[in-house]
Amino acid sequence: MGVIRGLVDLSRQVQAFLDGLIPLAGDLLGQVLSSVLPPWAVTLVLMAGGIITLSTIVLVAFMYTTLLERKVVGRIQNRLGPNRVGPLGLLQPIADMVKMFTKEDLIPQGADRGVFNLAPLVVAAGALLIFAAIPVGRGLVGADLNVGLLFILAVSSTSVIGILMAGWASRNKYALLGAMRSAAQLVSYEIPQVLSAIGVLLLAGSMSMNEIVEAQGQIWFIVLQPLGFLIFFISGVSEVNRTPFDLPEAESEIVAGYHVEYSGMKFGLFQMAEFIATIGISAITVTLFLGGWQGPLLPGYFWFTVKTALLVFVFLWLRGTLPRLRVDQLMGFAWKALVPLSLVNILVTGLAMAIHPIWAVLVGGVAALILAGVTVHLYVEAVRLKTRPRFA
Amino acid sequence: MSPEPALTLAFVAVSALTLGAGLAMVVTPSIFRAGLFMAGTFLGVAGLFVLLQAPFLAVAQILIYVGAIAVLILFAVMLTPRPMGDARATNEQWPLALVLALILFGLLVAMSYAVPWPISSEGLPEVDSVRLLGTELLTTYLLPFEVAGVLLLVALIGAIIIARQIPE
Repeated sequence: MGVIRGLVDLSRQVQAFLDGLIPLAGDLLGQVLSSVLPPWAVTLVLMAGGIITLSTIVLVAFMYTTLLERKVVGRIQNRLGPNRVGPLGLLQPIADMVKMFTKEDLIPQGADRGVFNLAPLVVAAGALLIFAAIPVGRGLVGADLNVGLLFILAVSSTSVIGILMAGWASRNKYALLGAMRSAAQLVSYEIPQVLSAIGVLLLAGSMSMNEIVEAQGQIWFIVLQPLGFLIFFISGVSEVNRTPFDLPEAESEIVAGYHVEYSGMKFGLFQMAEFIATIGISAITVTLFLGGWQGPLLPGYFWFTVKTALLVFVFLWLRGTLPRLRVDQLMGFAWKALVPLSLVNILVTGLAMAIHPIWAVLVGGVAALILAGVTVHLYVEAVRLKTRPRFA
Repeated sequence: MSPEPALTLAFVAVSALTLGAGLAMVVTPSIFRAGLFMAGTFLGVAGLFVLLQAPFLAVAQILIYVGAIAVLILFAVMLTPRPMGDARATNEQWPLALVLALILFGLLVAMSYAVPWPISSEGLPEVDSVRLLGTELLTTYLLPFEVAGVLLLVALIGAIIIARQIPE
C-alpha cells in the first residue's frame, strides 16, 4: 500500500511541476524584463506576449483543423483526402494559405465598401475573443473573469453582427438571404445555449470558468447534466453554422450565403472565424461539462487539448454524416424542443439540488435525459406524420 | 505608471466611442449603418460599465444590446422595402429641432451641475459582486424581479398573437 501511495504522490508532484512550467516561464520572463524596463512596460510586454502566444496557438490549431476536416470527411466518403503536399499532406494548410494570400481581392461595384471590409474582422475578432476567458490548463487563463461564462456567451453572440454586415454590404440577394437565415438561426439557438449552461452554473455556484473547472474535480458535469450537455452541444453546432445547421451557407442552394462576394484573404477570414468558433465551442463544452483541464498524471494543458480535439472530431463526424435541415425544422427544433427541454433541465437540477445529496442530482439528470429523449422522439414522429409525402 | 492616467485614458477612449458612434448614428443617411453605429454606442456603454467595475452589467449589456437588440434592428432593416437605399437624415423642420435640442442640452448640462452627486463612501463589496447581485435579486428585490418577468412574458405572448396567422 505504501508503495502505491508513494507512486500516487510522486505522480501528483510531477503533474504539478509540469503544470507549473508555463506560469514559471512567464514569471522568469517578467523578472528578466523588469531589470531593463519600467514596470508598466513589463506589464504591457507580458500582456502582449500572452495575447500573441494564445492567438498563434489558436491559429495553428485552425490551420490543422482544416486539414483534419478534409482528411476525416475524405475517409468518411471513402477517399484519401489531401496527401500530396508534404508527408501525409501535412503542408497542405500552408499551401492553402499562400493561395488565399495571392488571390485577387474583389469588391462588388455596388457594395458598401467600409462595412464590406470591416465585416470579416468583426466576425474573426468575436471568434478569437472567446479564448481570452477559457482556462486551458491549471492556472493558465487569459483573464479569470468572475463573469467568465457570460462573457464568452456575450462575445460569441456578437459575431452575428459581422455576418449581417457581410450579407448587407455585398448587395447580393444570396448574401442577404444567407445573412437573414443566419441572424434568425443564431438568435434562436442562443437561448437554449444560455439556458442549458445554467444547470452548470447551479452546480458550480459560480460563473468563473476557473471555478467551474475546479468544481469538477470529483465528477464531471456531463454525468450530472447529460441533457444540458446535449442541448449545449447541439446549440453550439448551430451557433457556428456547421452541418447539419449550415443553412446560412448552404452552398448548394444559396451559393455560400453571406460570404459569396468575398475573395482572397477576406474569405479566408470568414473560414478562419468559422473554424476558430468550432474549436471555441468545443473548448467551452470541455470546460463546462468534461472537466476542463482535469485529468490524471499528465499536465492540464495536455488533457484540455485532447478533450477539445475529440469534440472537434465530433463536429467533423457530424458534417460527414448528416444532411442539412430545412428552415422550418431548424426553427421548430430550437423553439419547440430545445428551449422547453432546457427549462425542464433547470427545474430538475434546481429541485435535485434542493434535496441535496449528489445521487439526487444524478437521478435527476438521468430522468431529465430520458424525458427529453421521449419528447424528442414524439416530436420527430409528429413532424414525420405531418409531412408525409402525399401522392395524388 | 499608476492606474489613474491609464484609467483616464480608457475613459476618454470609451466615451469617445460612445458619443462618436451616437453622433454618427444620427447623421448617417444609411439606415443600416445607423444600426451598426448604434451597436458601437452600446459597446461603448459596456466599456463604461467595465470602468465602473460592474462586469456583470458590462457583459449583460453586450449580450442583450449588442448581441440581441442591435441584431434584431438590423434584421428588421433588412426586411424593409429598400434596405440598400439611403434615407434622408434631415427634413425641413431641422432648424426647429436644432433649437429644441440645444435647449434640452442646456437644461441637461445645467441640471448635472446643479445636482450634488452623492459619492458613496463604501468601497466595492468584498464578496463576489455577481453572487451578491443574484442574492439581492432573489431576496430583497424578488417582487420587482418577478413582475418584470411576467411583463416580458405578456409582451412575448402579445407578439406571438399579433404575428399568428388567423385561420380562415
